[in-house]
Amino acid sequence: MTEEIIIAGFGGQGVLSMGKILAYSGVMGNKEVSWMPSYGPEMRGGTANVTVIISDERISSPIVNAFDTAIILNQQSMDKFEKNVKPGGILIYDPNGITKHPTRKDINIYSIEAADEAARVGLSKVFNMVVLGGFLKLKPIVQAEFIRKGLEKSLPKRHHGMIPENEKAIEKGKEIIKAVHLLN
Amino acid sequence: MKELRLMKGNEAFAEAVIRSGADGYFGYPITPQSEVMEYLMAEKPQERTGMVVLQAESEVAAINMVYGGAACGKRVLTSSSSPGISLKQEGISYIAGAELPCLILNVVRGGPGLGTIQPSQSDYFQSTKGGGHGDYKLLVLAPSSVQEMADFAKLGFDLAFKYRNPVLILSDGAIGQMMEKVELDEQRPRFTEDEIIKNTPWATTGKTKNRERNIITSLDLDSSKQELHNRVLQAKYREMEKHETRYEAISCDDAEYLIVAYGTSARLSQKAVDMLRAEGHKVGLLRPITLYPFPTEIIAKLADQVKGILTVEMSAGQMIEDVRLAVGCRVKVEHFGRMGGIIPSPTEVVEALKNQIIGG
Repeated sequence: MTEEIIIAGFGGQGVLSMGKILAYSGVMGNKEVSWMPSYGPEMRGGTANVTVIISDERISSPIVNAFDTAIILNQQSMDKFEKNVKPGGILIYDPNGITKHPTRKDINIYSIEAADEAARVGLSKVFNMVVLGGFLKLKPIVQAEFIRKGLEKSLPKRHHGMIPENEKAIEKGKEIIKAVHLLN
Repeated sequence: MKELRLMKGNEAFAEAVIRSGADGYFGYPITPQSEVMEYLMAEKPQERTGMVVLQAESEVAAINMVYGGAACGKRVLTSSSSPGISLKQEGISYIAGAELPCLILNVVRGGPGLGTIQPSQSDYFQSTKGGGHGDYKLLVLAPSSVQEMADFAKLGFDLAFKYRNPVLILSDGAIGQMMEKVELDEQRPRFTEDEIIKNTPWATTGKTKNRERNIITSLDLDSSKQELHNRVLQAKYREMEKHETRYEAISCDDAEYLIVAYGTSARLSQKAVDMLRAEGHKVGLLRPITLYPFPTEIIAKLADQVKGILTVEMSAGQMIEDVRLAVGCRVKVEHFGRMGGIIPSPTEVVEALKNQIIGG
């Protein structure tokens, strides 16, 4: 199993930390992982992305240009990464703020209204965990127990009180993710 | 018991530096290596091992603090990224001339000038062909993973003290910023003052009655003595070439084509090799781990076996000169790379090998 994922959106949406939690969960599940962030001027301009690879084998390149899954959280990232999903791969996006919806017919497309859900529970910080839940519903590549350990490892101790909220958000994400276009 | 963590390359290096028993770090912040000092500051190694961490007023000050610390026989280091390393070159030349051990990390970003903060490998010439003035060599280690960022901290100090020579770790923004699993060694104790006096009899540890004064300098106005000193340095570099050349050969046994790449480019190229092999092309990867001394011998040997060689570098092509020197004119050697902070994709490497070497 090798899963090559890009998570892309605005800075502040928790893109990098979502990737970190996923990567840490992979480590806890004894997988090989890599986490390669954008750290350049685009981050300062507001967009952030991270490539996470989780594999049973040694990871050759942490940098890839085709992804099994793209998790897209703003329009700029849609414009940039929709075309980089491998044929037959998955694109997950939050339609909030998206003006040009994905159009590819050779991939599976899902939407998740994570921003709305986070606003509904009044916890904007769990937005990224709702999205992560949606992803894990489709690709259960790491088990729940390792996700919990991943949260413990990647969140600073002072935020450990928030872990149950994060776990609830992950469960909610699994419920609310919707198929938009599926390959037969 | 080794400890397993998920860390950025810069953080793994910083933690490994503490655990390798370092005495002092002197630096000045610059992207993309600022996490080295950030991590050290947050970790407070002065409380863990007594190690000093100091933000100097400039890069020039930092490298001269390293010069001073090294003169006293201490395990000291600095880190920076390309423009900052350029500022340190005068001090590095002095340290090499004075034959002092120290560790220098360059997390390379695109140049020239202030360039960009994105990853690059365009400091190869600076690292392996001089950088500062005079006939000197740094021992240059090129990590290609977060694990090697950690491993080379200890290895770097050990080699620096073995040869009384500065060791440069030539990394890049991608390796510095990415996170991977890393196994950390246990804490190695810092040398005690007595151990320093015993291990480094040349150091300025305070003159005692029964020995001559130790003088640390790169200056000798007597040309015959200066030439002699240069001969000593050159003899040392030949020893380093004989004993310290390191490389990794991946899928080279049956290779008909060869990629030579180090650092991040080696990672991309490894994926490219997998992709090319899946299509039936017998391609191997030779990854230099030491850039000086350069693995000339193995490349010369492989040149007799393969039909063509592609070097992959995030530069206009610098290491290719050393590959061509190793190969002579026996087979075609071509370069593929991106510049200015762009990391090529494995697919681009595949295409380059097909167009420039297999079909070219």
